[in-house]
Amino acid sequence: MAKAVKEKTGGTAKKIDVHYLTRVEGHGNIIAEVDDAGTVTACRWEIPEAPRFFEAMMLGRGHEDVHHIASRICGICSIGHQLASLQATEEALGVVVSEQTLILRKLALHGENIQSHLLHVGYLVLPDLLGADSVIPLASTHRQELLHLVKARAMSNEFCRIVSGRTTHPQRLMVGGMTRLPTEEDMVRLRRILVEAMPEMMAVVDVFAAVKGNFPEFTRETEYVGLTSPSEYGLYWGEVASSKAPRRPAALYQDVAKEYCVPTSTAKWSRGVDGPYMVGALARFNINHAQLGQAGRAAAEKLGLKAPCHNPYYISLAQIVEVMHSIEDSIKLTDHLLSRGLRPEAPAPVRAVPGRGVGAVEVPRGILFHAYEYDENGRMIHADCVIPTNQNHANIQKDLEALTPLLAREDKASIELKLSMLVRAYDPCISCSAHNLDLSAGERSLVRFVPAGSIPGGHEK
Amino acid sequence: MEKAPDTCASNEKCLQTAKPKVAFFDFAGCEGDQLQIANLEEKLLDILAHVEVVSFREIKTGHSDDYDIAFVEGSITRPEDEERLKDIRSKAKVLVALGACAHIGGINCLKNFMGETFYRDVVYGPHAGWYRTYAARPLSAVVPVDAAIPGCPIDRFEFARVVKELLLGRTPWLPDYPVCVECKMAGNICRFDIGRMCLGFITRAGCGACCVTEGAHCWGCRGLFPSANLDAARQVMDRSGFDRRRIQDLLRFYLGDTQAAL
Repeated sequence: MAKAVKEKTGGTAKKIDVHYLTRVEGHGNIIAEVDDAGTVTACRWEIPEAPRFFEAMMLGRGHEDVHHIASRICGICSIGHQLASLQATEEALGVVVSEQTLILRKLALHGENIQSHLLHVGYLVLPDLLGADSVIPLASTHRQELLHLVKARAMSNEFCRIVSGRTTHPQRLMVGGMTRLPTEEDMVRLRRILVEAMPEMMAVVDVFAAVKGNFPEFTRETEYVGLTSPSEYGLYWGEVASSKAPRRPAALYQDVAKEYCVPTSTAKWSRGVDGPYMVGALARFNINHAQLGQAGRAAAEKLGLKAPCHNPYYISLAQIVEVMHSIEDSIKLTDHLLSRGLRPEAPAPVRAVPGRGVGAVEVPRGILFHAYEYDENGRMIHADCVIPTNQNHANIQKDLEALTPLLAREDKASIELKLSMLVRAYDPCISCSAHNLDLSAGERSLVRFVPAGSIPGGHEK
Repeated sequence: MEKAPDTCASNEKCLQTAKPKVAFFDFAGCEGDQLQIANLEEKLLDILAHVEVVSFREIKTGHSDDYDIAFVEGSITRPEDEERLKDIRSKAKVLVALGACAHIGGINCLKNFMGETFYRDVVYGPHAGWYRTYAARPLSAVVPVDAAIPGCPIDRFEFARVVKELLLGRTPWLPDYPVCVECKMAGNICRFDIGRMCLGFITRAGCGACCVTEGAHCWGCRGLFPSANLDAARQVMDRSGFDRRRIQDLLRFYLGDTQAAL
């Protein structure tokens, strides 16, 4: 429900109060004020989402349950949270999974990335580019374009169902393996629907190539952070790469994401090497573009997306490139599984031992870290989850500060739309990011509590 | 079949409107339930032909306070949530709880066992005053709820069925028998027979025992069925030799706001 609070008549003073921003997951507000002289006097990104205390809720729980709790942090990236959680638990308890499990997990991640990206670019972003307030009117005005999207997205739902059992909060993924395997017929079917989705996605690429000009031209170089792997376009695992720092293992995630609290947000914010940084599809594309498959590269070329790209609005284009890449890579992984045959196998044995572990997975909105510590009974004694959207909040704020002055002379509706589109481009997942504030305010704390005035790149007044 | 709590006396009003106006809202939750609605894909287009969506922040810009049916996701965890929910209740003719968090408090209630001092002072440290919060509760603890779509997440086809029933002016029904009934029909081996815990025998059916079918066990996300025998359930779990703490963990996973978790 975007609404103007008040606008002075006569002068050019404008007050933008987008409360709450729509077509994003969760509750966020954009506040911007421009005075009579065209000077920006305020510009803020606020998170009033109800805090949810997930790391506290994991405390004391047995290792079998933790990934099921983690899953509920977010309905859209529940598979990603489960995978990061499983990685952390398995590292802490010294569990090694089979190659088959590994392939199935990579497929599960591809399925979710495709599903989430298409939800974002198709249902949340496309209406802006076509001048609609939601995807609903597009059903009559742009039916054919929408049908390509709906079909590709239906494929991704079926993809998740075949591999993980269901699309949201699936049950099959577990510590050490899988509770249930897809059948060979399922995998053959998966391969078929993936192949069939390719032309639908090509049509989607064409749609976005045609309307790309409706994205505002705005660039601001920042630090890009994402997983990187020597063998593949880094998604399921790898080292943490940055455009401004050397590569680091995921265990050193605290050096990458320095989290702190701000009073206008129930979600934590993060700082990188020398300030805000970006995670997500565009950051990954900027870091790992050379490892894209043929389909991803072809889509990037058609969309005119070249690395390094500093236009945050183009996150959506990078997501489309990733969808193409994920479909192509999933076909390869499916072929590999089919050629070696699906073998029933018991999950790797799990022993309750004390230990620490860190999981790092590239989920749709960027790099996700889960870090756990278990006691000798296999019960959680410390949990820390660093969410992609938290890592983007400070960068969103910086972008708003850079963009608003450029728009100061435009009319209020136009400023409101462009600022909303900017935040929306990041595909913020606010329920995720307000999962809690760090539990360990004591000596272990990574959280820097800073007064509002001294936030790096922070707020006015 | 059992009727949902508090039959909506004014349901007929929805019928009288050619295209009932529908709004979606959410509180503390993961928005996974609203996602299931988006995941209806082509079926969603059919539903949209019969209702007018006036507010759905997750997918739509623009909002109207004039609506007949409000679907509400998430738990109530702050004083300001309560006011917002009462406002929604006053405007909606029919209020439907969407998903476990709204229906029974769900996973958010895990923190209710920690004590308010712990999660306010320890979690927020010196900044406890910045953010408000209290024990998580279902919607029905604050306002009357006309119907519920249970589950974590909801079953999208159950959502479609409930919408259809509301449009026909009926009170949506929910199964009043346990998950075990559907689990037998699905041909699953009882979890207790393979030495595992399960809450299927106290949990409301309607999910087709999907978690057991997928190789896991029932977590109780759809809430207790009306005549669930909690004493017998505890006895069965005790007798099977499970660690008391594991039993408590499972009962608190979703059922923290019910008698079962105590």
